[in-house]
Amino acid sequence: MSHETVHEHVEMTNTGIDNRKLGFWLFLSSETVFFACLLVGYLVYHGQNGQGPSPKDVFELPLTSLSTFVLLMSSLAMVLGVFSAQQGQAKAARGWVLATALMGLTFLGFQAYEFTTFYHEGLTLSSSLFGTTFFVLTGFHGAHVAVGVLWLLSLLFHGRKGGLGQDKAGDVEVAGLYWHFVDIVWIVLFTVIYLLEAAI
Amino acid sequence: MAIAKTLGFIPRPTAQTGFVSWLTTVDHKRIGILYGMTAFIFFLMGGFEAFMIRLQLMKPGLSVVTADTFNALFTMHATTMIFLAIMPMLAAFMNFLLPLHIGARDVAFPRLNAFSYWSYLGGGLFINTSWVMQLIEPAGRAIPDSGWFGYANLTSVNFSGGMGPDFWTIGLLLLGIGTLVSGFNFIVTILNMRAPGMTLMKMPIFSWTTLVTSVLVIFSFPAITVALLMLMFDRTFEANFFNVAAGGSVVFWQHLFWTFGHPEVYILILPAMGIVSEILPTFSRKPLFGYSVMVFSTALIGFMGFTVWSHHMFAVGMGPVVNTIFGLTTMAIAIPTGVKIFNWLSTMWGGRVKITTAMLFALGFIMCFTIGGLSGFMHALPPSDAQQTDTYFIVAHIHYVLIGGSIFAIFGGIYYWFPKIFGRLMDEKLGKWNFWMMFAGFNLFAFPFHFLGLMGMPRRIYTYAPGYGFEFWNLVSTIGVWVLTLGILLFIMNFVQTMRKPIGTARDPWDARTLEWTTASPPPVHNYDVIPQVAVRDEFWYQKYPDPEHGVVANTKKAAGYGAHPEHGIHMPGQSFMPALVAAGITVLGYGLLFTSIVPAAIGVVGILAGVFGWAFEGDGGTVLEAAGGDD
Repeated sequence: MSHETVHEHVEMTNTGIDNRKLGFWLFLSSETVFFACLLVGYLVYHGQNGQGPSPKDVFELPLTSLSTFVLLMSSLAMVLGVFSAQQGQAKAARGWVLATALMGLTFLGFQAYEFTTFYHEGLTLSSSLFGTTFFVLTGFHGAHVAVGVLWLLSLLFHGRKGGLGQDKAGDVEVAGLYWHFVDIVWIVLFTVIYLLEAAI
Repeated sequence: MAIAKTLGFIPRPTAQTGFVSWLTTVDHKRIGILYGMTAFIFFLMGGFEAFMIRLQLMKPGLSVVTADTFNALFTMHATTMIFLAIMPMLAAFMNFLLPLHIGARDVAFPRLNAFSYWSYLGGGLFINTSWVMQLIEPAGRAIPDSGWFGYANLTSVNFSGGMGPDFWTIGLLLLGIGTLVSGFNFIVTILNMRAPGMTLMKMPIFSWTTLVTSVLVIFSFPAITVALLMLMFDRTFEANFFNVAAGGSVVFWQHLFWTFGHPEVYILILPAMGIVSEILPTFSRKPLFGYSVMVFSTALIGFMGFTVWSHHMFAVGMGPVVNTIFGLTTMAIAIPTGVKIFNWLSTMWGGRVKITTAMLFALGFIMCFTIGGLSGFMHALPPSDAQQTDTYFIVAHIHYVLIGGSIFAIFGGIYYWFPKIFGRLMDEKLGKWNFWMMFAGFNLFAFPFHFLGLMGMPRRIYTYAPGYGFEFWNLVSTIGVWVLTLGILLFIMNFVQTMRKPIGTARDPWDARTLEWTTASPPPVHNYDVIPQVAVRDEFWYQKYPDPEHGVVANTKKAAGYGAHPEHGIHMPGQSFMPALVAAGITVLGYGLLFTSIVPAAIGVVGILAGVFGWAFEGDGGTVLEAAGGDD
């Protein structure tokens, strides 16, 4: 994303919204349809477990709840990061962004552990439609988290001298939009895939 | 115009001419020209494929090509025409015109705009390298041959073991990235970068169709992206999405595909309607009739485009309730579409109509698109569709809306904006020959499809037996393609002749209405020396022809301002290698997925990362154009 937009267009735009931010909201709205289609795939094939394990056989709700909690807390850290950057507390912003990235990494670690465990219990991409839809849907979410972590680490590089101050608040905010979106997607996925499974 | 200085800590390329200047350009006008030229070459390739199809079908029992090659030809013909020719030709107009139309200096994200083009080029070359693969390894079945809609499970490894569907899947994924990015870019440009006074309802109608089309793009392309990813996982990593043995549903593919596929056909026609809606008022010397209704009809068609996808699947067996609902929603679209047709006619009514080549193409559009709309209305009715599905009647419909519709509008647009884009007027006499040959050839070629379809000739058959009554109309249709081809050759001749003339068209050769005609032909890199101030719709027209009765008076000071030189330097965004680098990386990664080979995949990922970080950290760059020079 170009940096020049932040400085030049922010007062000039017709809507008063920074170009980059508006563009990013549009990107996120498009991503919503992307995840919705994947989720529809998971739902239309629900119950097609073939010879492999069923969701109830493999899911461990306490563990996934813990990783979900970590991811949700990372959103809080992200909010504080954006706020600190806007307030000009450059060092604090850097700290919060680092914390967000670390919690994102923790979530990815949980996911790697979960994927490996499921694999050993006989659930693979080819074992059944449940395996196919589960791994592709949550895998794409995990890939989004990974991109987010990479982005946050790049922000830290961006602020390696002098932290993430007001001049970089726009950059932090857009990264934050992405991060919150990925979190919200997980809230939906966790509810539909794990919680509803436990409820029925 | 003088380049004063280069800003930024990592210097950006500043070449003004030559290969590097085009590789690194971020100028929306140059990107538009790149889109147009590339898309026209793909258009000729798709046309050649059609030519071969018609040669094979000229007479019963011919074997000009084999059945397998025929399958590859019709698949690549449709894929090429839709994704590599018509969409990007329309994108060429959007790129060139949108900032000019709304009085901006460029799009919101110039580098992303360049990236869209380069990833389009990468994806287009990617799909077409399947022909090369086929030559290298004839047994490999590398050319996509499962139809442009890639219905499951025809595309499964069991039934298409070759690389054809892989080329198709990954190629379309690559193309989708650039299209989506253009969608975001154009929406932000329209919402945020209009000139002072240019409210949304004062925009040229083409900007409105660009806006609605972009909204369709960003909400429909994710659906095909998901469908293609699922197919890729099925084929490459043995997933089960469309594996019937594991319980997968082939109808699920159809739903996902047409959730994208129907908005896609409006992506192909709405900008074409926009072009026609610009040409008609200019050559009727009247404002567009019912501008607001046209805007709302466009938006309504866009919205309703998402509610009708299952009418492509009436023969699947979804049941009478679903069929009825989708039949009704489909017929409802005829209302805003019909409104548009009557508005075009009313625009001409009572006007001083001047028949130029552009106007002829616009008139041809109205006629042929109406025919295509009427046949579309017929297969909106499920019982009627049951007779027409998979016959040449459907082929007639899509060719009437895509050639008679989109292509005619595109050619009209080329004749209309050629003086603005290249600074030269195309030859009108040759142009009229060009139109009449294309018009006659097209109707001769596609109208018989209606008869063939109603007689029961199925689509996608590579030959047919004598004695069914198909002979005569097939022969007529093939002769029609020859005439159409001559028409297109005349266009190429006209283009080459015109480009050999010196640049020197007036700013406003047609006495037109929109802002792009106020600047030089071709426009300077910064479009407008002074950003225009807009008070009314068709501002430029009322500056030339004040209309005090309607409260529109000339503002001579403002009119004089159009040609004036800026007081301060104009900051233009810097050129960049990064968009092309990222696009190249993505394309190489595509080859890695195609061959499931780690080396090209790794090279691709490294290219993408280098490009993205270079992009983020290459600094502001840019040049400042000083006021001193003169561009006219």
